Amino acid sequence: MLKIGPYSFESRLLLGTGKFPDFDVQKAAVEASQTEILTFAVRRMNIFEPNQPNFLEKIEAKKYTLLPNTAGAKTAEEAVRIARLAKASGLCDMIKVEVIGCDKTLLPDPVETLRASEMLLEEGFIVLPYTSDDVLLAKRLEDLGCHAIMPGASPIGTGLGIVNPLNIHYIIEQANVPVIVDAGIGTPSDAAKAMELGADGVLLNTAVSGAQNPVQMAEAMKYAVLAGRSGFEAGRIPKKLHANASSPLEGMSVL
Amino acid sequence: MKMTVNGREVDVPENVRTVRDLLDHFNLNKDLAIVELNQSILDKTTRDDQKLTNGDRIEIVQFVGGG
Repeated sequence: MLKIGPYSFESRLLLGTGKFPDFDVQKAAVEASQTEILTFAVRRMNIFEPNQPNFLEKIEAKKYTLLPNTAGAKTAEEAVRIARLAKASGLCDMIKVEVIGCDKTLLPDPVETLRASEMLLEEGFIVLPYTSDDVLLAKRLEDLGCHAIMPGASPIGTGLGIVNPLNIHYIIEQANVPVIVDAGIGTPSDAAKAMELGADGVLLNTAVSGAQNPVQMAEAMKYAVLAGRSGFEAGRIPKKLHANASSPLEGMSVL
Repeated sequence: MKMTVNGREVDVPENVRTVRDLLDHFNLNKDLAIVELNQSILDKTTRDDQKLTNGDRIEIVQFVGGG
């Protein structure tokens, strides 16, 4: 069970809703993933082309917890404005704080992320900041009262997987709130690895939406998160430098 | 009546007097639309009868796909 603030979820896989080839594939992928949390961005409506379909109309939105992000914000103030707009939808009170500080790497601006999180917590939001894998920053965000910490595995959309598993390990080890590895996941093994490290959840988007078969990849990610979590709970064997036979050494009469 | 909607200057007919009228005028989905009037976000449950005046600056946003 994944608990974020007042909410509980069976699934530990959070799915982004960007860049799918079409709504039918997206809907099937969402269903195959068995996710309960979907992320969204907040953008202007096109007033001169009003009849463009919206994914929210295609799904049973009430079945999901919506996690809007503040993507597009470069300052804390912009993030707060987007968060307030998102909340005014009446659909959710959770917010993924995303304040990008660099267009090339899309890495989050740590100072603005911290400021935005503090301001949004004061306004009563359930705050989930997307952050780098900086261990002390994660601690500072938790100390503010953030309801979950979401360190990136690697830059958004790269599919490079977990480039610094040691930092992710430290972040998980010190945390008293859920840690959701967000961004950079490329394959099911990346997602499983995050869960084996002890992450409470994984948030991914491009790994599924950009796959050759998004629906099949969504299902694979579901299994990866389940397997990784189960492996973490089961407790892995310690690593050893030398071999240790699995078969008994006694009774080898044939030799 | 002239106003700025989503950064574009628009001239709407005289019968567009409220937020409801404006959303209908542009044929926008009222369930999805989130409205900000002169930098003040409007409560979805009470916004429909909000009066509009000449020179208003309005933002109409919605949830779209994103990660």
